[in-house]
Amino acid sequence: MTDYKPENVGMVTKYVVVESFTVTPADLAVRAYEISRGVMIKETCFGLVIMGKEEEVDLIITEIRKMDPEHIFIKDRGFPPGDSRRCRANLGGARPGFHGMEYEMTVLPYISHALAELSHRDATTVPRLTTPREKPKLDIYTLKRMIDAQEP
Amino acid sequence: MAKVFIYPATSLILTDMVTRFGHTPLSSAVAIRERIQTAGLESVPLQITPEEPKKGLRWAAVEVPSGVRGRMALYGPMIEECDAAIIINDADLAFGCMGCARTNELIKFLIRQKEIPKLDLDYPKNEAEGLPFVAAIKRFLTELGASK
Repeated sequence: MTDYKPENVGMVTKYVVVESFTVTPADLAVRAYEISRGVMIKETCFGLVIMGKEEEVDLIITEIRKMDPEHIFIKDRGFPPGDSRRCRANLGGARPGFHGMEYEMTVLPYISHALAELSHRDATTVPRLTTPREKPKLDIYTLKRMIDAQEP
Repeated sequence: MAKVFIYPATSLILTDMVTRFGHTPLSSAVAIRERIQTAGLESVPLQITPEEPKKGLRWAAVEVPSGVRGRMALYGPMIEECDAAIIINDADLAFGCMGCARTNELIKFLIRQKEIPKLDLDYPKNEAEGLPFVAAIKRFLTELGASK
């Protein structure tokens, strides 16, 4: 094993995912460049990857979120942009972790719709969900009925 | 501002919701970043060194596979540190090898053992389910903020 000398110590990296009809990743990148001061910004197919000092990254995120608050989502990232241990340019195939994000991006339109609804409605007036742990499990009688219903 | 553990720990939606409603999400990216930015021995890709399974002994017994203990070295400290937790139960994206599967079970077990506010949810399948999903998270985090 060799010594490991970390790079970009003290920096934070964040993903900005945009799922909007009116704002594209390119629009976000232009706005982010306008207000960035030495922060690394990488435009991707789903949004941006921003790396820099925490306060500077937070400032940029606060500003670009204003462009479409209900359709822009932020997530932390462990690795810096383009890191050879994670970047698909070096590894081939999708970046590890992309599949999780890809699945959640199918849910984002429902979340955006709800956020827009809740911007003018009190959350306490929305009926509560049934907790998944309270949902009835498959009982033995239903299972028996399903088995009996099988064709021989 | 409370520290909220999220499961799946890589969730974009939960990270965003927790930040949006004024709290700090504890996600795996934060734990990985800590390791990536710490000098030591080179151990690609995640800088998980042989020390990690030893640290994991705090949460899993010695006969538990080292893969689970190594993963617990990432998640264990966050579970101890958190003030609340949000769990999505039908998160197929957390699917992985046996190490991931057993770690996921252990994470959920440890969270349920801990006496903290918890919110159990399923992913919304349509717009009608999306509204109560987000409202539940908003209500939970607002009440959390009021009690802090």
